[in-house]
Amino acid sequence: MRLLRNRSDLPLARDPSARFLSWITAVMVYLATLAFAGQMMVSDMAERWDSGLAGGVTVQVVPLVGPGASPVAERVETALAILRGTPGVVSATTLPAAETARLIEPWLGADAAADPHLPVPTVIDVVVEPGTDVAALGRRLDAAVPGSSLDDHAAWLADLRAFAGAVELAALAIVALVGGAGVMAVVFAVRTGLAIHRHVVELLHLMGATDRYVARQFESHVLGLCLGGGLAGLGLAAATLAGIHRASAGLRASLLPDFALTAAQWGLLAVVPLIACALAVATARLTVMRTLETMP
Amino acid sequence: MIRFENVGLRYGTGPEVLRDISFSLPPGSFHFLTGASGAGKSSLLKLMYLAHRPTRGLITLFDRDMASVPRTELPAMRRRIGVVFQDFQLLDHLSALDNVALPLRMAGAPEAEVVEQCAELLRWVGLGNHLDARPPTLSGGQQQRVAIARSVINRPRLLLADEPTGNVDDSIGMRLLYLFEELHKLGATVVIATHNEALIRRFDHPRLHLEHGQLHALPPHSARVAVSTGPR
Ligand SMILES: Nc1ncnc2c1ncn2[C@@H]1O[C@H](COP(=O)(O)OP(=O)(O)O)[C@@H](O)[C@H]1O
Ligand SMILES: [Mg+2]
Repeated sequence: MRLLRNRSDLPLARDPSARFLSWITAVMVYLATLAFAGQMMVSDMAERWDSGLAGGVTVQVVPLVGPGASPVAERVETALAILRGTPGVVSATTLPAAETARLIEPWLGADAAADPHLPVPTVIDVVVEPGTDVAALGRRLDAAVPGSSLDDHAAWLADLRAFAGAVELAALAIVALVGGAGVMAVVFAVRTGLAIHRHVVELLHLMGATDRYVARQFESHVLGLCLGGGLAGLGLAAATLAGIHRASAGLRASLLPDFALTAAQWGLLAVVPLIACALAVATARLTVMRTLETMP
Repeated sequence: MIRFENVGLRYGTGPEVLRDISFSLPPGSFHFLTGASGAGKSSLLKLMYLAHRPTRGLITLFDRDMASVPRTELPAMRRRIGVVFQDFQLLDHLSALDNVALPLRMAGAPEAEVVEQCAELLRWVGLGNHLDARPPTLSGGQQQRVAIARSVINRPRLLLADEPTGNVDDSIGMRLLYLFEELHKLGATVVIATHNEALIRRFDHPRLHLEHGQLHALPPHSARVAVSTGPR
């Protein structure tokens, strides 16, 4: 039994800094976990949109007015012929008029598509193989089919990628700040502990303790506190994420990510407190070793 | 084993509490260190157990010039020195057994061995029923025995004791000194600071006598008795 007893040569557990360090680790792990989770969700969302839009090209053919203008249907046929004759184009299908009407309905009203004065374009949904020269295709369509325009969503995708990148950067900054604050908290707690127990540390030295031996005492102390705090922080973060997921389930806006994480992602989040603990232990060790260097 | 050459020590900017200390203790010797309170006995022992570095002079310990020993090698040297501190310096939050075990655990001894050896030694000094007792619950004499057990547990080559029998009655004091004698017989060099005349008389060893920070070597008590007819 004596072997299993948690025994420390320094009475660190009674220090006021002990509880403080648990709390601060809980808060830090909570924030870092949420930042990571947010980053994962946004990058998932960006990826889904990306893969949904990449490879998809839309060609619009608008009705033209004036003399010599050929009817839309004629020009759509020309466009389809060009598209289907282009290597790399997998498919090119005209969106049914009903579908086009449904797409513009939220903006222009239910009767808009039927309004003869409204130049509702015909939309061709094109799927191309990756690597296809979409720009060249656009130029050929421009030349051959007046009133046509090609959109490969490049600008939209670039915006989306920039947004995901910015979120990633923000998450990284939060994690770095939280980590930095955590390191400072550990340094402070360990320095305080060394000052409070300076007498015992000196005594251990006189009995032949190495600096590593003293540092190990602090390491296991800090590890215990951080494990407890870190697990609490992770639990809190998990509860928060579950709450957000439930709240978002009621939303119909498909633009929002679905706030769900895969098992692998949960596994990654579970590593956060472990990394926090490793960081804390390394910090404790370094702080002790550097402080003791100045002792006789 | 130990050699001091013109060693001086001052605390901060204060006066020299030890002046021109020169002596040499051969391996396996046994000395009493005597002197009035404030004469510098504790300070001299602190130099020997490497708690302080001298302000001047040369200390040679275990054949090493201490001025040239780097800090990283001090722990290994200190592990060869057993110290009974004047005020015990037991750790109050540890049991008697864990206090005694400190030097062994620092040296990385296997845990089963540590517990067995410490329990045996504590039984030997009459504390077999107090293995798990914390120092504050022990009497002064019992604490002293824990401190002494801790100082000898790893069979030090050099054993230093600062008034180890101050708090115990003479019969226990004798018993404790026999423990030091045992280690002495095994080859340890022993220096005991004390002003217990009964002990000094009983154990016939040479004395180092401190007066106002300076050292005077005195022969063993028996020799002094033999020449005591003349003026000292
Ligand atoms: N840490 C210290 N700081 C300043 N002065 C000290 C310190 N320790 C001891 N002294 C002084 O050194 C002198 C010798 O003290 P000490 O070695 O404890 O003598 P002893 O053990 O013989 O009573 C005393 O005058 C004491 O006041
Ligand atoms: Mg003293």
